[in-house]
Amino acid sequence: MSYLVLDGVAKRFGKDEVLKDASLSIEKNEMVAIFGPSGVGKTVLLRLISGVAPPDAGDIRVGGESVLGTSPEVRETGVAFQNFALYPHMNAFENIASPLRARGADEAEVKRKVQETGELLKIAHVLHHLPRQLSNGQKQRTALGRALVRRPKIILLDDPLRNVDAKLRYEMRLELPRLLKRFESTVLYVTQDYKEAMALGERVAVLFDGRFQQVDHPAAVYRSPRHVEIARLFGDPTINLYPIRPTKGEGGHEVTVLGQTLRLKGRAGLDRPCLIGIRPEDVHVEQEPSEGSFPVELDAVTPLNVRTVLFLRTKEREEVFATCSESRGERFGRDHRQVHARVDFEKALLFDEATGERLAA
Amino acid sequence: MHPAIRVVLLTLIGLFFLFPIVWVFLMSFQTNETILRIPPSLVFEPTLQNYTALISGRLETGAGVLELAFMQNLWNSFVLSFCSVALSLLLGVPAAYAFARFKFFGSEDIAFTLLSFRFAPALLVLLPLNLYFQDIGLNDTYIGLIWVYQLITLPLILWIVRGYFEDISPDIENAYRVDGHSWFSTFMKISIPLALPGIAAAALLSFIFAWNNFVFALILASADKQPVTVGALAFVTASGIQYGQIAAAVVLSILPTLALALYAQRYLVEGLSLGAVKG
Repeated sequence: MSYLVLDGVAKRFGKDEVLKDASLSIEKNEMVAIFGPSGVGKTVLLRLISGVAPPDAGDIRVGGESVLGTSPEVRETGVAFQNFALYPHMNAFENIASPLRARGADEAEVKRKVQETGELLKIAHVLHHLPRQLSNGQKQRTALGRALVRRPKIILLDDPLRNVDAKLRYEMRLELPRLLKRFESTVLYVTQDYKEAMALGERVAVLFDGRFQQVDHPAAVYRSPRHVEIARLFGDPTINLYPIRPTKGEGGHEVTVLGQTLRLKGRAGLDRPCLIGIRPEDVHVEQEPSEGSFPVELDAVTPLNVRTVLFLRTKEREEVFATCSESRGERFGRDHRQVHARVDFEKALLFDEATGERLAA
Repeated sequence: MHPAIRVVLLTLIGLFFLFPIVWVFLMSFQTNETILRIPPSLVFEPTLQNYTALISGRLETGAGVLELAFMQNLWNSFVLSFCSVALSLLLGVPAAYAFARFKFFGSEDIAFTLLSFRFAPALLVLLPLNLYFQDIGLNDTYIGLIWVYQLITLPLILWIVRGYFEDISPDIENAYRVDGHSWFSTFMKISIPLALPGIAAAALLSFIFAWNNFVFALILASADKQPVTVGALAFVTASGIQYGQIAAAVVLSILPTLALALYAQRYLVEGLSLGAVKG
């Protein structure tokens, strides 16, 4: 049985229905990344789990028992708030010691555990500083230390890497999973960066429109998104999406996309307007024409270190993003020119235009 | 602006506002005769008789000996102001927290009504209050006066401190709750310490307002409960106005608030602006 269960949780603020029917089951010691654009209620969800606010409907169960109606101090969760929420009038040591003191731990134990946590997070040398004397990275680690020091059963991390600089963010992305594994806790990690979600979550739960739209392993969310919006959110540059109007032909449905006519076999639900999604890495750009390729204009070349993003236009002025390796990208130069594109239509994703639902392959 | 002009202008303004205080200060060391001579002069022989009269409580005038309750008045002022502020803090700080954190039915209306006590004319409530107080035996008691003084001190404390509480991120309080602390301990260990500069500023300001109050005590208290502001009236005697004693009384009565204000200047300015402008 799952350890932490959200069952049809709903929460509204005035007229704003933030969470409508959020259901999620998390196993013990699992690390789940909750991903969604800003304002979809990720933080609200953590508040409901930690007990800071009550849900309007639905149930939250931990270890099979509902925790609704219990106040935050008895819920045994550790929370790292996005804005750190450190106590400005207490030094880092007292900040981290707070959960221990709340449980009446004796002074020696407090000292030992805070020191231990400080060393683990590499802030042992600044424990006597007040929050305002700490750098952003140190503040973030202090907040993390406070969430972890008691070794809570459930750890809720609210976009903890958002307010720190890029270098530290990369370091922490590598360090956090290792760190959290040592604690044997169930971890919910909220983020609005899909790369972070994929890097940190054993599973990724995609939240928008008040529901978890898809909960799956990171690669599966990327490869087979259940909804066009998920396909759009996962990927940089974003997936190429085109409306298509399938027509019934001889050996199945025929569609025209990017000036190419293709035959779609054995796909259900093609009797209505659809969207076809093509990942930029499935568009292969070549200097010379080859079988299945078609001429496109190369409008812009943007090298992103290991990858290069190409911005193309078809004869019909449709815009196409493509990516390729840096070494290949160099050959195109930076000028506007005519090139040839071949699309791996086999890997294309099909969505119902009206509902956005993905059509089964 | 040229620094020299600045200095001249500032000196002029300073003189304009400080002159009455300086004049009163000088008067307090003169006898009635030297004060009233024409033309007035800055040259006089200083005397301490005004202060000794006030402190000993015996004023010898041409018409006889007058008993003065000035030291009692000073003590009354202190008791009334201090107790009023203490009671207001006790009631106002938790109320301010409630208004800052919880939106309940009519919360804004209640908060505004409390503020409106501050700008309602005092005389409007005083006469009916006087009648009520006579009926229930609160007339001429410290408790009755402290109760009425809440009209001065409570709204001030409530509104300044409320702004301070609103400036504290609720997440800081939430974090403390999640750590495992009770609601009450969060209030005492997080909310109060973080709002302390505001609470101190509000307390000092309302102390000064309470100290300077005149009209409540004038109507609701008799001689032995009156503060200095009302007590100074005793110097208007049948045989004339005792300017020297009035001046000395003024000097003595502004000393405590002046000392407080100077000591807490920084908090006062901070408290007023922070309470008014919410983030």
